[in-house]
Amino acid sequence: MASTDIIIHDEKDNVGVVVIEKITQNQDCNCWIMENDKSVKIQSKNDIQLGHKIAMVDLNEGDTILKYGHDIGKVIKSIKKGEHVHVHNVKTKKW
Amino acid sequence: MEIPKSFLGYKRENGRAGTRNHVIILPVDDISNACAEAVANNIKGTIALPHSYGRLQFGADLELHFRTMIGTGKNPNVAAVIVIGIEPKWTKRIVDAIAKTGKPVEGFSIEGVGDIDTIAKVSKKAQEFSMWASEKQREECPISDLWISVKCGESDTTSGLASNPTVGNLMDKLEPLGVHLCFGETSELTGAETVCAKRGKTPEAKEKFMKTWNAYNDFILKEATDDLSESQPTAGNIAGGLTTIEEKAFGNFQKIGSRQFIDVLEPAEEPTKGKGLYFMDTSSAAAECVTLQAAGGFNIHLFPTGQGNIIGNPIEPVIKLTANPLTVKTMSEHIDVDVSKILSRQMNLDQAGDELIKATLRVANGRLTCAEALGHKEFVMTKLYRSA
Repeated sequence: MASTDIIIHDEKDNVGVVVIEKITQNQDCNCWIMENDKSVKIQSKNDIQLGHKIAMVDLNEGDTILKYGHDIGKVIKSIKKGEHVHVHNVKTKKW
Repeated sequence: MEIPKSFLGYKRENGRAGTRNHVIILPVDDISNACAEAVANNIKGTIALPHSYGRLQFGADLELHFRTMIGTGKNPNVAAVIVIGIEPKWTKRIVDAIAKTGKPVEGFSIEGVGDIDTIAKVSKKAQEFSMWASEKQREECPISDLWISVKCGESDTTSGLASNPTVGNLMDKLEPLGVHLCFGETSELTGAETVCAKRGKTPEAKEKFMKTWNAYNDFILKEATDDLSESQPTAGNIAGGLTTIEEKAFGNFQKIGSRQFIDVLEPAEEPTKGKGLYFMDTSSAAAECVTLQAAGGFNIHLFPTGQGNIIGNPIEPVIKLTANPLTVKTMSEHIDVDVSKILSRQMNLDQAGDELIKATLRVANGRLTCAEALGHKEFVMTKLYRSA
């Protein structure tokens, strides 16, 4: 079995979580979807460290980030597939 | 895996079963701590539960104090109870409520006697209770006698990825066997509150949950300073990859698997609607939350952690699990169950859930948890507002 670089909680999710120490720019990453045990691939556009998120699709300003199959915030700056998703481009809808 | 249908527990007079056999010395108030600790020091096989409150409280805050004291004494992990207070009236109220379980309980008050004579008198009774309890034997009890509470702490992204879902997997497997289950942490469900409310089994349960969460949220909005949005998630959470409070809440929420909750409990309230999952209105501070759940009657606790919380409880064994490989390595003496192999896909959730069930049953049968072996017995009362 190829090593897993990224884990995605739910089939609906548009982000995955890096589970190795770090992925580097242009790395071809193996992703595993926990919900249905499927595997997909993605090429990273940034260096992303353990525990941080990667965009699985292109996302536009105002789009909703889905993790665990649920809304965890809104996109405040457009994000390309493979880019790092965090506080610089996503914000809570709560505060 | 075939789940064992029983464990070895201590059968109590009221039909409940304990995973532990403690004799506790319970101070009603802060100023009775010294007496309680002196007695526990004199008499082996007893433990004192010192705490910071119990004087000049009133209203709902006082009722919560009584509920926590009484519930702690009633917990089936407790074989017998000594209650010590400065005054006889509040002491008696606690003694009478605990006595309804049928377990040995006796109260003492210090006023007009002084510490030294009280300690002498109480020590004699405590010795009798300790020697009586020491003869209790573990007997086969149905697995449905387990009342399992859960709460996570020092969470990071590995919590939502693996250790919390492992607890959820255990819940999915054990709920059909008739166990009682309890989750709490009102504040850390913010962002997942409407999704959580939908897990209410009845319209009443859903409504009660939203009412509880809204009351918390109103309080937060009233007391909040400008930096609240930087407190949830915290700087540490953000460094670990958590971006929003919603993301943190959904990670927390993984602990209940696909279960529905049948009722919403007040802090330290004992469930009365039978087997199944309950939500209890609690703080997200670890020691406060577990103290309240133990007072609600829960007899074994599961505590997933990311960065490594070290909490224990004097009467309810706290089992820690983590999926963070670094925490496993650096804080091994605190980790009962290592599920870090989920991240490298060398273990799946089903296997992790089975491992956690096995560990839970070993602890229920008497194996010490890491926190017990290390002497962690944090007993922390929740206080609702300032005293009179």
